[in-house]
Amino acid sequence: MSQQIPTSEIRANIFAFISVKKNGMTTALDIQGLRKTYDNGFTALKGIDLRVEQGDFFALLGANGAGKSTTIGIASSLVNKTDGKVSIFGYDLDTQREQAKAQIGLVPQEFNFNIFEPVVEIVVNQGGYYGIPRAEAFARAEVLLKQLGLWDKARDQARNLSGGMKRRLMIARSLIHQPRLLILDEPTAGVDIEIRRSMWEFLRKLNAEGTTIILTTHYLEEAESLCRNIGIIDRGELIENTSMKKLLNRLDTESYVFDLASPVTALPATSNLCHFTLQDPTTLEVVFHKEHYSLNKVFAFLNEHGVIVNSMRNKTNRLEQLFMDLVENNKQ
Amino acid sequence: MNAQQQWTAYTTILVKEVLRFSRIWVQTIIPPVITTALYFVIFGNLIGSQISDMGGHSYINFITPGLIMMTVITNSYANVVSSFYGSKFQGNIAEMLVSPTPNWIILAGFISGGVARGLAVGLAVTLVSLFFSSLNVQHIFVTFTIVLLTSMLFSLAGLINAVYAKSFDDITIVPTFVLTPLTYLGGIFYSIAMLPPFWQNASLLNPVLYMVNGFRYGILGTSDMSIWVSYGVIVAFILLLGGFSLHLLNKGIGTRS
Ligand SMILES: Nc1ncnc2c1ncn2[C@@H]1O[C@H](COP(=O)(O)OP(=O)(O)OP(=O)(O)O)[C@@H](O)[C@H]1O
Ligand SMILES: [Mg+2]
Repeated sequence: MSQQIPTSEIRANIFAFISVKKNGMTTALDIQGLRKTYDNGFTALKGIDLRVEQGDFFALLGANGAGKSTTIGIASSLVNKTDGKVSIFGYDLDTQREQAKAQIGLVPQEFNFNIFEPVVEIVVNQGGYYGIPRAEAFARAEVLLKQLGLWDKARDQARNLSGGMKRRLMIARSLIHQPRLLILDEPTAGVDIEIRRSMWEFLRKLNAEGTTIILTTHYLEEAESLCRNIGIIDRGELIENTSMKKLLNRLDTESYVFDLASPVTALPATSNLCHFTLQDPTTLEVVFHKEHYSLNKVFAFLNEHGVIVNSMRNKTNRLEQLFMDLVENNKQ
Repeated sequence: MNAQQQWTAYTTILVKEVLRFSRIWVQTIIPPVITTALYFVIFGNLIGSQISDMGGHSYINFITPGLIMMTVITNSYANVVSSFYGSKFQGNIAEMLVSPTPNWIILAGFISGGVARGLAVGLAVTLVSLFFSSLNVQHIFVTFTIVLLTSMLFSLAGLINAVYAKSFDDITIVPTFVLTPLTYLGGIFYSIAMLPPFWQNASLLNPVLYMVNGFRYGILGTSDMSIWVSYGVIVAFILLLGGFSLHLLNKGIGTRS
């Protein structure tokens, strides 16, 4: 009698294997030693190492001209790299470019569709370039355009869309082939608050369903609210690559601004753990060490001195503060 | 991408290209038809009637193949140069560049678009010519293959022009200073047998001469040279420019920074 493994068992093993591959840490984007010198001799990237794991929601931050779009351009095959290795879900950009490209959806920073083409054509044609038959691409385009609130504009020429609609069009276009990695270069630039929030929800849902997302933005609260991990580029160098949580924990101080009920001329000196500054007679700024001080203590102190606080707010976005500190430190 | 997906990508580009020039038919189809009709009236009927036979044909019959060919050449070229440069300028060439569509498919798509326009306009002009001349196609296969290959060749030339173009000026300079002189001196209006020996030899360096004569052979049955020489020259140029275009796309010259 020969030993036969039942088919069901084989199938179960295959599924186990697939799910390990799925749940194990696969790297969505792996960048090593990436350098870019443009034709005019300007070196935009000076050797960047960056890993983004599958399933991540990753923020790529940096000042204007830091090299974010250059990095994204190289990953999506729009910019030639000077040196280094890039792979997408294990597909090397030099040797397996076609497979690598098939994994990525790109929302570029600049509008780059043909403004004379109808909205739905732009999305459907993009599907065609990924080999998706027209009927199928059209069905998918309808779903995407509806989700992004553009279906009633589907037959309009793209030039008739508003700026925010154009951004959403580019998001729809980037998703037509259901990419595993979505890269968005400033997707919310020029988008109103309401649409921005709904875009966030859309991206969160996409991420929850398994799409890895990399996003650049200059709205740091956007990065803070959406992203789990973060990389900061400064003048062509990656100066930070960590989790959002760890980064924010590094802030050891909290700062608030109080609006006072009545004018105050002076306040008694405080310890170096808590520091008050009067911006004007009715606006008081406080900075204190999170570990050694607390808001309760601040209020106890103010109570003691008969200062009444009407309202309070965060001084700045916490991430903004950190970002500025990091970039400042890198200058030295 | 498998063959099926590549076919989808190819037809997507082709259909998009055909729609592009069809949508603006007033700018793309009508002007060459009017221009050629004027050529027929002035050179064919008015002046041509004063000119004796050329190569054994009435002058208007002699120039008709050349005029059709000239239309095909300029329109194939114009279609690809403006479409490709347009997508560079607006940035939508990136839609193809980020996708897994191989460069040779992108190339084939644009070239087919140029051929489609060249043939569409060529056909329109041929219909117009029937009002003025009496054409009796001698070799239908030669006529069709020569016009097809020529259209491919100038579509490729248009693409190379577009790859290097950095402004809209650059896409009119080459047609004005290179393409137009080559076509006018390419034996459309005369048989090179009329030229002094030096200019006869100089004309042989002009590739358009081989296409016009090949086409004239197809329609009228007469040519300044053997039809095989015509085929040889056209195919050689297609291979040369085709290989070069693919090289440009692979390197990302003019398309990737
Ligand atoms: N095609 C190009 N040729 C020459 N230099 C370029 C080119 N593209 C970008 N650069 C330069 O490279 C640097 C990085 O540009 P990049 O677009 O990557 O910045 P970024 O981080 O995306 O900035 P932003 O937030 O403003 O979008 C800049 O100094 C820019 O001037
Ligand atoms: Mg940028």
